[in-house]
Amino acid sequence: MTMKIGVVTFPGTLDDRDAQRAVRLAGATAVPLWHADSDLKKVDAVVLPGGFSYGDYLRCGAIAAQAPITQEIIKQAGQGLPVLGICNGFQVLVESHLLPGGLIRNENQHFICRDQKLRVENIDTPWTNEFELNQEITIPLKNGEGGYIATDETLKRLEGEGLVAFRYLEMNPNGSMNAIAGLRNERGNVVGLMPHPEHAVEAGFGPDTAAAMRSGVDGLKFFTSVLKAVVNA
Amino acid sequence: MGLFKKKPAAPAVDLTHLDTTAKAAAEPNKEQPYVALGLKTEEYESIKSILGRRPSSSELAMYSVMWSEHCSYKSSKIYLRQFGEKVTPEMKKHLMVGMGENAGVVDIGEGWAVTFKVESHNHPSYIEPFQGAATGVGGIVRDILTMGARPIAVMDQLRFGAPTDPDTARVVHGVVDGISFYGNCLGLPNIGGETVFNKVYQGNPLVNALSVGALKHGDLKLAKASNPGDQVILFGARTGADGIGGVSVLASETFDADGPSRRPAVQVGDPFAEKVLIECCLELYAANVVAGIQDLGGAGISCATSELASNGGAGMRVELSKVLKRDESLTPEEILMSESQERMMAIVPKKDLKAFKAIVDKWEVEYSVLGEVINEDRLYITWHGEEIVNVPPRTVAHDGPVYERPVAYPAYQDHLNYMSVHVAADGQGLHRHNDNGSELAAQMWQIVTSPNQASKAYITDQYDHYVGGNTALAMPDDSGMVRVSEESGLGISIATDANGRFCQLDPYEGAKLALAEAYRNVAAGGAKPLAVTNCLNFGSPENPEVMWQFKQATAGLADGCLELGIPVTGGNVSFYNQTGDVAIHPTPVVGVLGVIDDVARRIPSGWQDEGHNIYLLGTTSDELDGSVWCEVIHGHLGGRPPKVDLAFEKQLAEAIAAASEQGLIASAHDLSEGGLAQAVVESSLRFGVGARIWISEICERDEVDRTSALFSESTGRILVSVGREDDVKFVGLCEARGIPVLRIGVTDSSAHLEIQDVATWPLADLRNGWSATLPELFAN
Repeated sequence: MTMKIGVVTFPGTLDDRDAQRAVRLAGATAVPLWHADSDLKKVDAVVLPGGFSYGDYLRCGAIAAQAPITQEIIKQAGQGLPVLGICNGFQVLVESHLLPGGLIRNENQHFICRDQKLRVENIDTPWTNEFELNQEITIPLKNGEGGYIATDETLKRLEGEGLVAFRYLEMNPNGSMNAIAGLRNERGNVVGLMPHPEHAVEAGFGPDTAAAMRSGVDGLKFFTSVLKAVVNA
Repeated sequence: MGLFKKKPAAPAVDLTHLDTTAKAAAEPNKEQPYVALGLKTEEYESIKSILGRRPSSSELAMYSVMWSEHCSYKSSKIYLRQFGEKVTPEMKKHLMVGMGENAGVVDIGEGWAVTFKVESHNHPSYIEPFQGAATGVGGIVRDILTMGARPIAVMDQLRFGAPTDPDTARVVHGVVDGISFYGNCLGLPNIGGETVFNKVYQGNPLVNALSVGALKHGDLKLAKASNPGDQVILFGARTGADGIGGVSVLASETFDADGPSRRPAVQVGDPFAEKVLIECCLELYAANVVAGIQDLGGAGISCATSELASNGGAGMRVELSKVLKRDESLTPEEILMSESQERMMAIVPKKDLKAFKAIVDKWEVEYSVLGEVINEDRLYITWHGEEIVNVPPRTVAHDGPVYERPVAYPAYQDHLNYMSVHVAADGQGLHRHNDNGSELAAQMWQIVTSPNQASKAYITDQYDHYVGGNTALAMPDDSGMVRVSEESGLGISIATDANGRFCQLDPYEGAKLALAEAYRNVAAGGAKPLAVTNCLNFGSPENPEVMWQFKQATAGLADGCLELGIPVTGGNVSFYNQTGDVAIHPTPVVGVLGVIDDVARRIPSGWQDEGHNIYLLGTTSDELDGSVWCEVIHGHLGGRPPKVDLAFEKQLAEAIAAASEQGLIASAHDLSEGGLAQAVVESSLRFGVGARIWISEICERDEVDRTSALFSESTGRILVSVGREDDVKFVGLCEARGIPVLRIGVTDSSAHLEIQDVATWPLADLRNGWSATLPELFAN
């Protein structure tokens, strides 16, 4: 039996079908999860994809953090369920207090879509175990509110405990503190980041690389990592 | 019913001022503000003769908006017909739905079809750039949705005033933010478009939006109401006082002292509501519980009810008070005219009503049943039971007035055409620095860094081009390309083009030039051009000289399509783009749709590897009139645009397709604005691959000077890079097909672009210059 990874759809979610494709390409079965349900359908891991949940008319992710499905995810995350939040999903994790800090409007006030270089700074998570430590990867970034902020105390703790999972390289696109692109929780099962690994999983449709146009598939390892983690668990 | 809830008594509705059809019959001589609503006396009289009485104020509202230029195409109709007439059976082969529906539908094989259309939202985008542009995207996406298709991409064609004019930044920021805000929230990749600055667009920016959708053949829907008894349901956002500025003259007659006195003219968009509506409609289609869905755009409920009934050859009975409103003070006339966004009208068989409700409830979309389809050629609308509309739907929707407006050859035209590059500057001709390499280099730099030729990344980086995971090509490549079938890799590509300067010099040839360039761009990406859409942006049709431009441009486009053998599937006309007496340059935006059997075969516009040979296909003539060189270096516009040879364009496209199928070419980039100079810069910067280029052989073979070799905008040319191992095969293929082919350079690892005897630039410098222009003008 293949592994089942849930992909949540809130009204206004945009990258759910892309996340489902990424799950399939990694060799798992994608299970659609609906915001109004409380049933996680016995999935082995959950992806909160990008988009504008409920229009994000409050702070980004704030309404989705209150959704029935999110309440169940928070509960099971506490029991070790691997959860990956991408972009709006990261915002939901932060608003749910599964990860600390906050995300604000990009420094330049504009939406940004670009191929972004990152450094993977923590590989002790179910979503990053296939990477090398400090591996440099390129995956698309596309957000309007991706500026990471936290108190000095929180930043110190994040850095001190090695909870920064991804850091922007070469340029900090949205003015994030400490160039933080993504975080993990203490237990390691919850990971969130602004850039989009699900858009770099299939040659021909990913970021440009030195080898060929749109051939970047660095994002696939997020999904193969979780397969490995669950099989070994 | 009634056991638990006792309905509170509805507040008494004051109907004393309501202008019913009965009142219209009883008070035939009541003065009506038809002039203020934009109707001419003859048009008003014609409404009276259709109805056999004066219209009620609600009927007047409907006719006035549906007979407006925007909705009725009354000045353009006689010219648009030729797009349906100048076609061969061969051209119709792939056409599943032609002009006249919400959007044309083209068969792309493997059981797939696509639908695409481009529309203008020019005037609202000048008044309120953010909302104008946002709702432009929203409107075109809903059009695509009505055909049963899932929207898969958007593009936009923008024209702004002079880049240094203080008002331009206001419009640029608003429009780009609006497209970015709305488009990004819909989850549709933005795969390309155009941005052009020219002072003729100062008071009339053009904001055209294109959308494309994909569907399986069996899922095709047509928005029509034909089965009596089917329910008429309005769903989506509530109806508010958006975009009804015009009808306030009617409203002002009935407003009491407490009512709002002014209504906004521009609509406000909510992309979240639209995204939910998209998914909801697709689920309704999949469950097969709707006979048809019509979007509500211009003219709102007036348009949706009359068009659905007229298209289905049936009638409709509607109770207007059942419309869910954001503002209870709305009058029936305003409700009929409201252009509130994110609304749809569905025709639902009674037996499917329960299933329909379950789906819209799941998406938490509000709906109300307004009425039903009837077996009678009549549209009846009541307001709290009182009849306010009783009309034959066809007279509102399709049988509006048709005008053959006066046409006059422009008084300025002969002089404009006379003032070519050879006679300008007091008969001396525009100065050329053919013998001075550093002057040529300076001109080239000036052109490449000019606002129209510089990188548009400042704008396009604000758009999501990844979402969907199917984008195979996007800006800055020549065309946008998306995969349609994940199984086979089948995909489509789209390119749009319009050169207003060429069209000003010769609208007939200018339209053909736009078609030729869009066609060539699609071919350069490796796709086979299949169909055409257009958005015709012109000045006032009441100006005979503008009407001449329109007549010429439509003839040029129709003739061009016939020659290329690809049909026009639909389009849009935007008139009155002028400030005072000054019209914009005629700007017929032409979009060409292509199909590619496997997007893995797509060709990028930039050089990918070192050691490849660079070939120029086609020949170069001394064609600088209307060129970027004239505009940027000399501030000149005159003469005649470059010649178009569509038979050759077709040959060229077929050669690229054949070479691509054999995997012979690594890149292809069409030559257009800025000529060869612009193309080599873009091809080198695309992936940061340097090259050495020589132009001496172009000068020798084509007998042109160095200025023409670098900057001429002769058509039918593509720059191609080819790996050494494929060299012989590629050249042989071109020669066998009669395509002039000339090796003009080689890519290398120098990280420089060298144009022999002209200039050598480090790519980093070139990139900095090319990329800096728009941020310097508009960032902050």
